[in-house]
Amino acid sequence: MELQAVLMAAGGGSRMTDLTYNTPKPMLPVGNKPLMWYPLNLLERVGFEEVIVITTKEVHKMMSTDPKMKLEPVKMKLDVVCIQEDGDMGTADALRHIQPKIKTDILVVSCDLITDVALHEVVDLFRAHNATLAMLMSKAHEFTETVPGQKGKKKTAEQRDFVGVDQSGKRLLFMANEADMEDGLSIRKSIMRKHPRMHIKTGLVDAHLYCLKKAVVDFLTENKSISSIRGELVPYLVRKQFSKTTNSQKNKDDVDDQNQKKNDGSMNHELLITSRDEPLLQLAQERSCWNDHHGDMSEAYHGGKMRCYVHIMDQGLCYRVNTLAAYIEANRMAPKLFEEPAVHPSAAISERCQMGSDSIIGAQCQVADKTSIKRSTIGNSTIVKEKVKVTNTIIMHGVTIEEGCNIQGSVICSNAVIGRGADLKYCLVGNGQRIEPEAERTNEVIVGTDQLMEI
Amino acid sequence: ELTKEEKQRLRKEKKQQKKNKEKKDEKASRESDKEKKSAAPASQPPTQHTAQKAVPASAPVPLPASEAPVPADKPAKSKAELKAERRARQEAERASKQGKKGEVGQQAATGKAKAPPSELQPVVKRLPEHIQVDNPDVLKKLAKKLERQQVCIYVYYGYKVSLFSHLHQYSRKAPLTQQLSIPSTVIHPAIVRLGLQYSQGIVAGSNARSVALLHAFKQVIRDYTTPPKEELSRDLVNKLKPYISFLNQCRPLSASMGNAIKYIKKEISNIPSQCKEEEAKRKLLNCIECYINEKIVLAAKAIAKYSIEKISDGDVILVYGCSSLVNHILCEAFEKGRKFRVIVVDSRPRLEGREALRRLVQRGISCTYVLISAVSYILPEVSKVFLGAHALLANGYVMSRVGTSQIALVAKAFNVPVLVCCETYKFCERVQTDSFVSNELDDPDDLIVTRKGKTQLEDWQKVDSLGLLNLVYDVTPPDFVDLVITDLGMIPCTSVPVVLRVKNVDQ
Repeated sequence: MELQAVLMAAGGGSRMTDLTYNTPKPMLPVGNKPLMWYPLNLLERVGFEEVIVITTKEVHKMMSTDPKMKLEPVKMKLDVVCIQEDGDMGTADALRHIQPKIKTDILVVSCDLITDVALHEVVDLFRAHNATLAMLMSKAHEFTETVPGQKGKKKTAEQRDFVGVDQSGKRLLFMANEADMEDGLSIRKSIMRKHPRMHIKTGLVDAHLYCLKKAVVDFLTENKSISSIRGELVPYLVRKQFSKTTNSQKNKDDVDDQNQKKNDGSMNHELLITSRDEPLLQLAQERSCWNDHHGDMSEAYHGGKMRCYVHIMDQGLCYRVNTLAAYIEANRMAPKLFEEPAVHPSAAISERCQMGSDSIIGAQCQVADKTSIKRSTIGNSTIVKEKVKVTNTIIMHGVTIEEGCNIQGSVICSNAVIGRGADLKYCLVGNGQRIEPEAERTNEVIVGTDQLMEI
Repeated sequence: ELTKEEKQRLRKEKKQQKKNKEKKDEKASRESDKEKKSAAPASQPPTQHTAQKAVPASAPVPLPASEAPVPADKPAKSKAELKAERRARQEAERASKQGKKGEVGQQAATGKAKAPPSELQPVVKRLPEHIQVDNPDVLKKLAKKLERQQVCIYVYYGYKVSLFSHLHQYSRKAPLTQQLSIPSTVIHPAIVRLGLQYSQGIVAGSNARSVALLHAFKQVIRDYTTPPKEELSRDLVNKLKPYISFLNQCRPLSASMGNAIKYIKKEISNIPSQCKEEEAKRKLLNCIECYINEKIVLAAKAIAKYSIEKISDGDVILVYGCSSLVNHILCEAFEKGRKFRVIVVDSRPRLEGREALRRLVQRGISCTYVLISAVSYILPEVSKVFLGAHALLANGYVMSRVGTSQIALVAKAFNVPVLVCCETYKFCERVQTDSFVSNELDDPDDLIVTRKGKTQLEDWQKVDSLGLLNLVYDVTPPDFVDLVITDLGMIPCTSVPVVLRVKNVDQ
């Protein structure tokens, strides 16, 4: 088998607690499908037949039992591995946990990725260059929608990521976060000598889709200090490409190094990324008249055994739904990814309602007369009474909206009840909340007091 | 009288050839009808009707092409008319039965010229599919075959120059893998990786491709398990067929790869049925190792040994492109202490000479670098030309990177000896006299170059009358090659069929 898919669905959604305090992030509805469905659909479309899903017990229960949240019939075999919910387990820790199941190279996907990338582009880089790591990134889009609950202008950009690629735009040379750099960007001379032309990009979104060699998973089991793939493992691998020990051909020196540097004993395991018949591969590479760079005297790949590649998408959808703004944007764009009809056949929509063509109505909805629904997503089993105006809103499942409401630019979570005549603009109504009739709220986050964040 | 005799003879011939030649029967009957109709005297000049197909002019098949002497002095006008009718009918039949064997018409001999039919019915070989791309029937057959093997078919790209419209042309931007499922189950992952590396040019060069192919086959054999009720010797060969089709679609197989595949298939089929699977696999892996060792590594050593005798101190050696064997020879000669300098000739769009230059300079050999347009300028300085080969054909022609024949031609004009270095496993039984019939078309977008920010050929597809041609191989006639250095020794170009015959006898 060539690749095993691993879906990381245990994340907490720490940047959008208002939405996730009741519904776990993987089950948040986007376009009336749970968020998990999108990466699973991507994997299925491409041809995967089995996926290992790492998730919490709660999500597992919701996946299998709750009829409203039942996953769309996914034909793949899902091997669900439950881990503790206390949140101290990073993504790399999770990989370490499932190491016995891993038999070949893996493709790690995060549950909050919504994309229509041609996955073969990433995997081809992984295959053709025998790479250790291949990942996917995308040019970031500005979010244009107003986010409920945000007061004032958008806060300054989060800590930026600096990504350095070579001239072809495929080889990953440098990756660092602004937070880790005290006094500026420092690049090692060895990298500059090998790749004198480097493009450094900052406006990229990491899609958290990685192809990793099996040896990396084995390396993780030895080295227990790495707990996050994105935060620690990937920068480590990118750095190690140019490390002297991995490039040295003489094995005896490495053995000495092993004895001396005990705490750096981790890095020597990377040397085990060799296949059987290594001499044959060497012979083929020697005889081949191909080189990935020109202008200096070194052979292909500068003789390095570890290579990291990145595919940067400049067209197409790629969203990581980990903030509220991204969630809203994804709800707008998600319908483009599947061709189901916008209105579920079991929904009862009266004829006198105006519905825009870019709205989605879920199953078993009841929409009464004289309502106007524009650019909105309405979840399953929602009841919308008469004379309601819903614009630019995301309404989750089981919501009841009484007559005469006017809802604009808001997010209404599951099982909420909006009283008669309420006027909500750019609000976020939490799970199970009741909005009293004739209420007027603008730009507010309405959650229960017991679910407020603990400080 | 004679006509009757002729008819009888013809009928006898018909019965003999009835198995393969229904078409000729028709013609014969038409002929005999014609004879009956015409009241021509016995002194008819032999009318020979060539029902030869429109086979491309320089087909690799040695047809005993006996052209029809046009019956110029036929008295009766009706004869010409009948002939025209017959020709029209033949054309129609030919069009409907295209893609099959070529045929030679019968000779309606007169009394003395008795044409034994067996002479005239040639052993026509089937034209290989990869040079009949402009034939829709062949394409359909190929598509069906690939579908059966579950290998996706490539989409052809771009406008093809008319002389080469019978060859495939692909674009590198649309790889075959986008139609494969990602954890590829139908095709073994090692083969998918190999196909990708071929199509992107990461593994390029005859020897490198063969070694990589055998390495991938080793992995396939390791991961193979015999299904129940099947024999390894037969099933494994069947398993390899779709892989080979896939690789062929990624990039047409080279002659060396073809020979390697033949060897492997033979070895697999020779495995006795009572052999256990583990042992059989071990044997096969061993065979592959031996093959690579003998035919590539040791052969390179032997060739280096022979060629060192031909390199003397003070030589100026010209090499073209990047041939792994020639580089090896030069490095070995330099190690042994010969004093010489090298001129590397390079050509667009591949610019492989840069890699050769790097490897030679890294060893300390002093080199000069020119493009092929300057070869006649630099040739007066040159004392010898060493060329690598992709394959050596059975009629002594050398098939190599495009540009090699030009170098050989100019060297001949300057009386500079041309030595070709080639291992024996690259000898193939094909015959070719020109570079049109069987060649490889590379991605035409490689010819586009950006200078000073301007890309002139960016929209070449929009110009109707413009076609970009990126040939990969060409053939050099044996008159331009003075010596071929192989692992069997130094032989003239024309001894290739002898070597092939001896090889076949050995096997």
